[in-house]
Amino acid sequence: MKGKNIFATRWGIIGVGACIGILAPLLQKLGNPGNMGICVACFERDIAGAIGLHRAAVVQYIRPEIIGFVFGSLIAAYLFKEYRPRVGSAPVVRFVLGTFAMIGALVFLGCPWRAVLRLAGGDGNAILGLLGLTFGIWIGTLFLKNGYNLGRTQTTHTTVGWMLPLIMIGLLVLMLIFPQVEGQDKSGVLFYSLKGPGAMHAPLILSLIVGLGIGFLAQRSRFCTMGAIRDTVLFGQTHLLSGFVSLVVFAFLTNLVLGQFKAGFAGQPVAHTQHVWNFAGMTLAGLAFALAGGCPGRQLFLSGEGDGDAAVFVLGMIVGAGFAHNFGLASSPKGVGPHGIAAVIIGLLVCLFIGFTMRRKSV
Amino acid sequence: MVATVDARGLSCPQPVIMTLDEIKKGSEKEIIVLVDTDTSKENVTRAAESQGCKVNEVSPEGEGYRITFTKE
Repeated sequence: MKGKNIFATRWGIIGVGACIGILAPLLQKLGNPGNMGICVACFERDIAGAIGLHRAAVVQYIRPEIIGFVFGSLIAAYLFKEYRPRVGSAPVVRFVLGTFAMIGALVFLGCPWRAVLRLAGGDGNAILGLLGLTFGIWIGTLFLKNGYNLGRTQTTHTTVGWMLPLIMIGLLVLMLIFPQVEGQDKSGVLFYSLKGPGAMHAPLILSLIVGLGIGFLAQRSRFCTMGAIRDTVLFGQTHLLSGFVSLVVFAFLTNLVLGQFKAGFAGQPVAHTQHVWNFAGMTLAGLAFALAGGCPGRQLFLSGEGDGDAAVFVLGMIVGAGFAHNFGLASSPKGVGPHGIAAVIIGLLVCLFIGFTMRRKSV
Repeated sequence: MVATVDARGLSCPQPVIMTLDEIKKGSEKEIIVLVDTDTSKENVTRAAESQGCKVNEVSPEGEGYRITFTKE
Protein backbone atom coordinates (compact mmCIF):
# COMPACT_ATOMS: atom_id res chain seq x y z
CA MET A 1 0.00 0.00 0.00
CA LYS A 2 2.14 2.82 -1.27
CA GLY A 3 1.37 5.88 -3.30
CA LYS A 4 0.36 9.39 -2.41
CA ASN A 5 -0.33 9.86 1.26
CA ILE A 6 -3.56 11.88 1.34
CA PHE A 7 -3.24 12.37 5.10
CA ALA A 8 -0.04 14.34 4.55
CA THR A 9 -1.90 16.97 2.52
CA ARG A 10 -3.31 20.15 4.00
CA TRP A 11 -6.86 18.77 4.01
CA GLY A 12 -5.57 15.48 5.35
CA ILE A 13 -4.07 17.02 8.47
CA ILE A 14 -7.11 19.26 8.96
CA GLY A 15 -9.32 16.16 8.77
CA VAL A 16 -7.21 14.33 11.33
CA GLY A 17 -7.32 17.35 13.67
CA ALA A 18 -11.11 17.41 13.26
CA CYS A 19 -11.39 13.69 14.09
CA ILE A 20 -9.35 14.09 17.26
CA GLY A 21 -11.31 17.25 18.10
CA ILE A 22 -14.58 15.33 17.92
CA LEU A 23 -13.41 12.09 19.54
CA ALA A 24 -11.74 13.63 22.60
CA PRO A 25 -14.84 15.41 23.96
CA LEU A 26 -16.84 12.25 23.16
CA LEU A 27 -14.46 10.23 25.36
CA GLN A 28 -15.12 12.80 28.09
CA LYS A 29 -18.86 12.27 27.58
CA LEU A 30 -18.26 8.52 27.85
CA GLY A 31 -16.54 8.89 31.20
CA ASN A 32 -13.07 10.45 30.89
CA PRO A 33 -12.28 13.40 33.23
CA GLY A 34 -13.27 17.00 32.50
CA ASN A 35 -11.45 18.60 29.56
CA MET A 36 -9.36 15.43 29.57
CA GLY A 37 -10.92 13.38 26.81
CA ILE A 38 -7.33 12.80 25.81
CA CYS A 39 -4.24 13.96 27.64
CA VAL A 40 -1.08 12.08 26.84
CA ALA A 41 0.81 13.36 29.89
CA CYS A 42 -2.07 12.79 32.32
CA PHE A 43 -2.76 9.34 30.92
CA GLU A 44 0.86 8.25 31.15
CA ARG A 45 0.84 9.62 34.70
CA ASP A 46 -2.23 7.48 35.43
CA ILE A 47 -0.40 4.45 34.02
CA ALA A 48 2.56 5.22 36.30
CA GLY A 49 0.12 5.29 39.21
CA ALA A 50 -1.60 2.05 38.23
CA ILE A 51 1.68 0.17 38.34
CA GLY A 52 2.71 1.83 41.58
CA LEU A 53 5.51 4.10 40.36
CA HIS A 54 3.74 6.74 42.41
CA ARG A 55 1.00 6.32 44.95
CA ALA A 56 -1.20 9.36 44.36
CA ALA A 57 -4.51 7.59 44.97
CA VAL A 58 -6.57 9.79 42.65
CA VAL A 59 -4.57 9.19 39.46
CA GLN A 60 -4.16 5.46 38.99
CA TYR A 61 -5.52 3.75 35.88
CA ILE A 62 -3.98 2.04 32.87
CA ARG A 63 -5.31 4.23 30.10
CA PRO A 64 -6.15 2.14 27.03
CA GLU A 65 -5.95 5.24 24.83
CA ILE A 66 -2.15 5.26 25.23
CA ILE A 67 -1.91 1.57 24.31
CA GLY A 68 -4.13 2.30 21.30
CA PHE A 69 -1.99 5.23 20.18
CA VAL A 70 1.10 3.04 19.96
CA PHE A 71 -0.66 0.13 18.27
CA GLY A 72 -2.70 2.24 15.87
CA SER A 73 0.56 3.77 14.69
CA LEU A 74 2.25 0.37 14.50
CA ILE A 75 -0.57 -1.04 12.36
CA ALA A 76 -0.47 1.96 10.02
CA ALA A 77 3.31 1.78 9.77
CA TYR A 78 3.25 -1.92 8.84
CA LEU A 79 0.33 -1.51 6.45
CA PHE A 80 2.03 1.30 4.55
CA LYS A 81 5.52 -0.21 4.82
CA GLU A 82 6.83 2.60 6.99
CA TYR A 83 7.88 0.51 9.98
CA ARG A 84 11.56 1.23 10.38
CA PRO A 85 13.34 0.11 13.54
CA ARG A 86 15.91 2.75 14.50
CA VAL A 87 17.67 3.86 17.63
CA GLY A 88 20.79 5.54 18.93
CA SER A 89 20.14 9.26 18.75
CA ALA A 90 21.09 10.32 22.29
CA PRO A 91 18.59 8.06 24.07
CA VAL A 92 19.60 9.01 27.60
CA VAL A 93 19.14 12.70 26.80
CA ARG A 94 15.68 11.89 25.48
CA PHE A 95 14.93 10.07 28.72
CA VAL A 96 15.87 13.12 30.76
CA LEU A 97 13.89 15.42 28.44
CA GLY A 98 10.88 13.11 28.80
CA THR A 99 11.16 13.22 32.58
CA PHE A 100 11.21 17.01 32.70
CA ALA A 101 8.56 17.36 29.99
CA MET A 102 6.26 15.34 32.23
CA ILE A 103 7.14 17.38 35.31
CA GLY A 104 6.45 20.65 33.45
CA ALA A 105 3.18 19.31 32.08
CA LEU A 106 2.05 18.21 35.54
CA VAL A 107 2.76 21.66 36.98
CA PHE A 108 0.32 23.02 34.39
CA LEU A 109 -1.88 19.89 34.62
CA GLY A 110 -1.88 18.79 31.01
CA CYS A 111 0.15 18.21 27.89
CA PRO A 112 -0.34 20.30 24.70
CA TRP A 113 -3.26 18.05 23.74
CA ARG A 114 -5.07 18.75 26.96
CA ALA A 115 -4.09 22.44 26.84
CA VAL A 116 -6.14 22.88 23.68
CA LEU A 117 -8.93 20.61 24.95
CA ARG A 118 -9.07 22.76 28.09
CA LEU A 119 -9.26 25.86 25.91
CA ALA A 120 -12.00 24.26 23.83
CA GLY A 121 -13.89 23.52 27.05
CA GLY A 122 -13.72 27.17 28.13
CA ASP A 123 -10.85 26.93 30.64
CA GLY A 124 -9.10 30.32 30.46
CA ASN A 125 -6.06 29.01 32.35
CA ALA A 126 -5.20 27.07 29.22
CA ILE A 127 -4.35 30.37 27.51
CA LEU A 128 -1.46 30.82 29.95
CA GLY A 129 -0.40 27.23 29.35
CA LEU A 130 -0.46 27.64 25.58
CA LEU A 131 1.49 30.91 25.80
CA GLY A 132 4.06 29.15 27.96
CA LEU A 133 4.18 26.24 25.54
CA THR A 134 4.80 28.60 22.63
CA PHE A 135 7.50 30.43 24.59
CA GLY A 136 9.24 27.16 25.45
CA ILE A 137 9.11 25.98 21.85
CA TRP A 138 10.41 29.36 20.69
CA ILE A 139 13.45 28.93 22.96
CA GLY A 140 13.85 25.48 21.43
CA THR A 141 13.86 26.93 17.91
CA LEU A 142 16.70 29.27 18.89
CA PHE A 143 18.78 26.22 19.81
CA LEU A 144 17.76 24.48 16.57
CA LYS A 145 18.86 27.53 14.58
CA ASN A 146 22.21 27.41 16.31
CA GLY A 147 22.97 23.83 15.43
CA TYR A 148 21.38 21.92 18.31
CA ASN A 149 20.74 18.31 17.37
CA LEU A 150 20.50 14.89 18.94
CA GLY A 151 22.67 13.12 16.38
CA ARG A 152 21.84 10.39 13.91
CA THR A 153 19.91 7.22 14.52
CA GLN A 154 20.97 3.83 13.22
CA THR A 155 18.88 1.12 11.70
CA THR A 156 18.53 -1.77 14.07
CA HIS A 157 16.75 -5.08 14.72
CA THR A 158 12.98 -5.19 14.32
CA THR A 159 12.76 -6.30 17.95
CA VAL A 160 14.16 -2.98 19.17
CA GLY A 161 11.25 -1.12 17.63
CA TRP A 162 8.85 -3.62 19.17
CA MET A 163 9.93 -2.95 22.76
CA LEU A 164 7.43 -0.18 23.57
CA PRO A 165 4.56 -1.91 21.73
CA LEU A 166 5.35 -5.06 23.75
CA ILE A 167 5.37 -3.08 26.98
CA MET A 168 1.95 -1.75 25.96
CA ILE A 169 0.71 -5.29 25.35
CA GLY A 170 2.02 -6.18 28.79
CA LEU A 171 0.00 -3.34 30.33
CA LEU A 172 -3.14 -4.42 28.49
CA VAL A 173 -2.69 -8.03 29.59
CA LEU A 174 -2.22 -6.92 33.21
CA MET A 175 -5.42 -4.93 32.92
CA LEU A 176 -7.32 -7.96 31.61
CA ILE A 177 -5.90 -10.31 34.27
CA PHE A 178 -6.49 -7.81 37.07
CA PRO A 179 -9.60 -5.84 36.08
CA GLN A 180 -11.03 -3.11 38.23
CA VAL A 181 -13.12 -4.41 41.11
CA GLU A 182 -15.95 -2.16 42.27
CA GLY A 183 -14.99 -0.36 45.47
CA GLN A 184 -11.46 -1.85 45.60
CA ASP A 185 -8.33 0.29 45.22
CA LYS A 186 -6.21 -2.68 44.22
CA SER A 187 -6.73 -5.61 41.90
CA GLY A 188 -3.84 -8.06 41.83
CA VAL A 189 -0.72 -5.99 41.23
CA LEU A 190 -2.56 -2.99 39.79
CA PHE A 191 -3.74 0.10 41.64
CA TYR A 192 -7.06 1.71 40.78
CA SER A 193 -8.46 5.08 41.84
CA LEU A 194 -11.73 5.11 43.77
CA LYS A 195 -12.18 8.84 43.31
CA GLY A 196 -10.60 11.71 41.36
CA PRO A 197 -9.62 11.79 37.68
CA GLY A 198 -8.19 8.25 37.84
CA ALA A 199 -11.64 6.91 38.68
CA MET A 200 -13.17 8.57 35.65
CA HIS A 201 -12.81 6.66 32.42
CA ALA A 202 -14.68 5.62 29.32
CA PRO A 203 -15.29 1.87 28.85
CA LEU A 204 -12.01 0.04 28.18
CA ILE A 205 -12.96 -1.23 24.74
CA LEU A 206 -14.13 2.19 23.50
CA SER A 207 -11.00 3.91 24.83
CA LEU A 208 -8.89 1.31 23.08
CA ILE A 209 -10.73 1.61 19.76
CA VAL A 210 -10.56 5.40 19.76
CA GLY A 211 -6.88 5.20 20.68
CA LEU A 212 -6.21 2.80 17.82
CA GLY A 213 -8.06 5.03 15.35
CA ILE A 214 -6.22 8.17 16.42
CA GLY A 215 -2.89 6.33 16.45
CA PHE A 216 -3.51 5.17 12.90
CA LEU A 217 -4.52 8.61 11.61
CA ALA A 218 -1.75 10.40 13.46
CA GLN A 219 0.91 8.08 12.05
CA ARG A 220 -0.33 8.72 8.52
CA SER A 221 -0.64 12.49 8.96
CA ARG A 222 2.43 13.03 11.24
CA PHE A 223 0.13 15.00 13.56
CA CYS A 224 2.21 16.83 16.18
CA THR A 225 1.10 19.60 18.51
CA MET A 226 4.63 20.80 19.30
CA GLY A 227 5.63 20.62 15.63
CA ALA A 228 2.60 22.75 14.79
CA ILE A 229 3.99 25.66 16.78
CA ARG A 230 7.67 24.92 16.05
CA ASP A 231 7.29 24.81 12.27
CA THR A 232 5.32 28.04 12.30
CA VAL A 233 7.95 29.83 14.40
CA LEU A 234 10.98 28.24 12.73
CA PHE A 235 10.00 28.10 9.05
CA GLY A 236 6.69 29.99 8.77
CA GLN A 237 5.33 26.60 7.71
CA THR A 238 1.69 26.23 8.84
CA HIS A 239 0.98 22.69 7.65
CA LEU A 240 0.90 21.04 11.10
CA LEU A 241 -0.62 24.14 12.65
CA SER A 242 -3.72 23.77 10.49
CA GLY A 243 -4.31 20.33 12.07
CA PHE A 244 -3.80 21.74 15.55
CA VAL A 245 -6.22 24.63 14.95
CA SER A 246 -8.72 22.21 13.43
CA LEU A 247 -8.55 20.17 16.64
CA VAL A 248 -9.38 23.24 18.76
CA VAL A 249 -12.26 24.32 16.52
CA PHE A 250 -13.89 20.89 16.33
CA ALA A 251 -13.37 20.19 20.04
CA PHE A 252 -15.01 23.54 20.82
CA LEU A 253 -18.00 22.76 18.58
CA THR A 254 -18.34 19.23 19.97
CA ASN A 255 -18.21 20.58 23.53
CA LEU A 256 -20.99 23.06 22.64
CA VAL A 257 -23.14 20.27 21.22
CA LEU A 258 -22.52 18.01 24.23
CA GLY A 259 -23.06 20.83 26.75
CA GLN A 260 -19.48 20.55 28.01
CA PHE A 261 -18.41 24.16 27.37
CA LYS A 262 -18.04 26.30 30.49
CA ALA A 263 -16.07 29.54 30.17
CA GLY A 264 -14.02 30.89 33.07
CA PHE A 265 -10.83 30.61 35.09
CA ALA A 266 -11.94 29.42 38.53
CA GLY A 267 -13.43 26.04 39.25
CA GLN A 268 -12.35 24.41 36.00
CA PRO A 269 -11.91 20.63 36.10
CA VAL A 270 -8.43 19.39 37.08
CA ALA A 271 -6.92 22.88 36.78
CA HIS A 272 -5.49 25.63 38.98
CA THR A 273 -5.37 29.39 38.51
CA GLN A 274 -1.73 30.18 39.32
CA HIS A 275 -1.02 31.91 36.03
CA VAL A 276 2.74 32.25 36.40
CA TRP A 277 3.18 28.54 37.05
CA ASN A 278 0.72 27.49 34.38
CA PHE A 279 2.91 29.50 32.01
CA ALA A 280 6.26 28.32 33.39
CA GLY A 281 5.25 24.66 33.64
CA MET A 282 4.34 24.62 29.98
CA THR A 283 7.45 26.61 29.06
CA LEU A 284 9.48 23.75 30.49
CA ALA A 285 7.33 21.13 28.74
CA GLY A 286 7.44 23.02 25.43
CA LEU A 287 11.21 23.40 25.54
CA ALA A 288 11.69 19.72 26.40
CA PHE A 289 9.34 18.62 23.60
CA ALA A 290 11.09 20.93 21.13
CA LEU A 291 14.53 19.61 22.08
CA ALA A 292 13.23 16.04 21.80
CA GLY A 293 11.59 16.67 18.42
CA GLY A 294 7.98 15.87 19.18
CA CYS A 295 4.97 16.35 21.43
CA PRO A 296 4.05 13.49 23.79
CA GLY A 297 1.53 12.14 21.32
CA ARG A 298 4.00 12.21 18.45
CA GLN A 299 6.55 10.35 20.61
CA LEU A 300 4.00 7.54 21.03
CA PHE A 301 3.27 7.46 17.28
CA LEU A 302 6.98 7.44 16.46
CA SER A 303 7.47 4.60 18.93
CA GLY A 304 4.80 2.65 17.06
CA GLU A 305 6.67 3.02 13.76
CA GLY A 306 9.90 1.67 15.22
CA ASP A 307 11.64 4.70 16.74
CA GLY A 308 13.36 3.32 19.82
CA ASP A 309 14.54 6.78 20.88
CA ALA A 310 10.99 8.10 21.01
CA ALA A 311 10.16 5.03 23.12
CA VAL A 312 12.88 6.06 25.58
CA PHE A 313 11.29 9.52 25.77
CA VAL A 314 7.94 7.89 26.58
CA LEU A 315 9.52 5.81 29.35
CA GLY A 316 11.17 9.00 30.62
CA MET A 317 7.74 10.62 30.82
CA ILE A 318 6.29 7.69 32.77
CA VAL A 319 9.19 7.73 35.21
CA GLY A 320 8.92 11.52 35.38
CA ALA A 321 5.31 11.11 36.51
CA GLY A 322 6.57 8.91 39.32
CA PHE A 323 8.97 11.63 40.46
CA ALA A 324 6.33 14.33 40.00
CA HIS A 325 3.97 12.72 42.50
CA ASN A 326 6.50 11.11 44.85
CA PHE A 327 8.40 14.40 45.27
CA GLY A 328 5.37 16.70 45.45
CA LEU A 329 6.13 18.39 42.13
CA ALA A 330 2.75 17.93 40.44
CA SER A 331 0.05 20.53 40.87
CA SER A 332 -3.47 19.87 42.06
CA PRO A 333 -6.64 21.98 41.71
CA LYS A 334 -5.42 23.76 44.90
CA GLY A 335 -2.28 24.98 43.13
CA VAL A 336 1.32 24.00 42.57
CA GLY A 337 2.86 21.22 44.64
CA PRO A 338 5.31 21.98 47.48
CA HIS A 339 8.36 21.48 45.26
CA GLY A 340 6.85 22.18 41.85
CA ILE A 341 8.48 25.58 41.46
CA ALA A 342 11.97 24.25 42.27
CA ALA A 343 11.46 21.42 39.79
CA VAL A 344 10.46 23.81 36.99
CA ILE A 345 13.56 25.92 37.57
CA ILE A 346 15.85 22.88 37.68
CA GLY A 347 14.15 21.46 34.58
CA LEU A 348 14.66 24.70 32.65
CA LEU A 349 18.33 24.77 33.64
CA VAL A 350 18.80 21.17 32.53
CA CYS A 351 17.09 21.86 29.19
CA LEU A 352 19.22 24.97 28.63
CA PHE A 353 22.36 22.98 29.45
CA ILE A 354 21.35 20.34 26.88
CA GLY A 355 20.46 22.98 24.32
CA PHE A 356 23.71 24.90 24.71
CA THR A 357 26.06 21.94 24.82
CA MET A 358 24.66 19.62 22.13
CA ARG A 359 25.56 21.77 19.19
CA ARG A 360 27.47 20.79 16.16
CA LYS A 361 27.46 22.67 12.92
CA SER A 362 28.05 19.68 10.70
CA VAL A 363 26.46 16.35 11.49
CA MET B 1 27.56 20.51 -10.15
CA VAL B 2 25.12 19.08 -7.65
CA ALA B 3 24.97 19.68 -3.91
CA THR B 4 24.15 16.71 -1.72
CA VAL B 5 22.57 16.97 1.71
CA ASP B 6 22.75 13.77 3.72
CA ALA B 7 19.95 13.92 6.27
CA ARG B 8 19.69 10.18 6.83
CA GLY B 9 19.24 9.18 10.44
CA LEU B 10 18.32 12.68 11.49
CA SER B 11 14.89 13.32 12.88
CA CYS B 12 12.48 16.14 12.33
CA PRO B 13 13.17 19.08 11.90
CA GLN B 14 16.88 18.57 11.07
CA PRO B 15 16.38 17.43 7.45
CA VAL B 16 14.28 20.52 6.72
CA ILE B 17 16.75 22.86 8.43
CA MET B 18 19.62 21.39 6.39
CA THR B 19 17.62 21.57 3.16
CA LEU B 20 16.66 25.21 3.72
CA ASP B 21 20.27 26.07 4.60
CA GLU B 22 21.46 24.58 1.33
CA ILE B 23 18.73 26.34 -0.67
CA LYS B 24 19.52 29.71 0.90
CA LYS B 25 23.30 29.54 1.23
CA GLY B 26 24.49 26.99 -1.29
CA SER B 27 25.72 27.95 -4.73
CA GLU B 28 24.55 24.88 -6.65
CA LYS B 29 21.31 25.02 -8.59
CA GLU B 30 20.63 21.32 -8.30
CA ILE B 31 20.28 19.80 -4.84
CA ILE B 32 19.98 16.18 -3.78
CA VAL B 33 18.66 15.40 -0.30
CA LEU B 34 18.99 11.91 1.15
CA VAL B 35 16.47 10.98 3.84
CA ASP B 36 15.46 7.73 5.48
CA THR B 37 11.87 8.18 6.59
CA ASP B 38 8.65 8.94 4.75
CA THR B 39 8.01 11.80 7.15
CA SER B 40 11.31 13.42 6.20
CA LYS B 41 10.58 12.83 2.51
CA GLU B 42 7.27 14.67 2.83
CA ASN B 43 8.70 17.47 4.96
CA VAL B 44 11.72 18.08 2.72
CA THR B 45 9.58 18.03 -0.44
CA ARG B 46 7.11 20.43 1.13
CA ALA B 47 9.90 22.76 2.29
CA ALA B 48 11.60 22.78 -1.11
CA GLU B 49 8.33 23.54 -2.89
CA SER B 50 7.57 26.34 -0.41
CA GLN B 51 10.89 27.93 -1.43
CA GLY B 52 9.83 27.86 -5.07
CA CYS B 53 12.07 24.93 -5.98
CA LYS B 54 11.04 22.42 -8.61
CA VAL B 55 11.12 18.86 -7.30
CA ASN B 56 12.36 16.73 -10.19
CA GLU B 57 12.49 13.28 -8.72
CA VAL B 58 11.84 11.33 -5.55
CA SER B 59 13.30 7.86 -5.84
CA PRO B 60 13.88 5.05 -3.33
CA GLU B 61 17.50 4.66 -2.34
CA GLY B 62 18.70 2.09 0.14
CA GLU B 63 16.25 2.15 3.00
CA GLY B 64 15.23 5.73 2.29
CA TYR B 65 14.75 8.21 -0.51
CA ARG B 66 16.74 10.46 -2.78
CA ILE B 67 14.99 13.77 -3.47
CA THR B 68 16.29 15.84 -6.37
CA PHE B 69 15.20 19.41 -6.97
CA THR B 70 16.38 22.58 -8.67
CA LYS B 71 16.46 26.13 -7.38
CA GLU B 72 14.62 28.71 -9.43
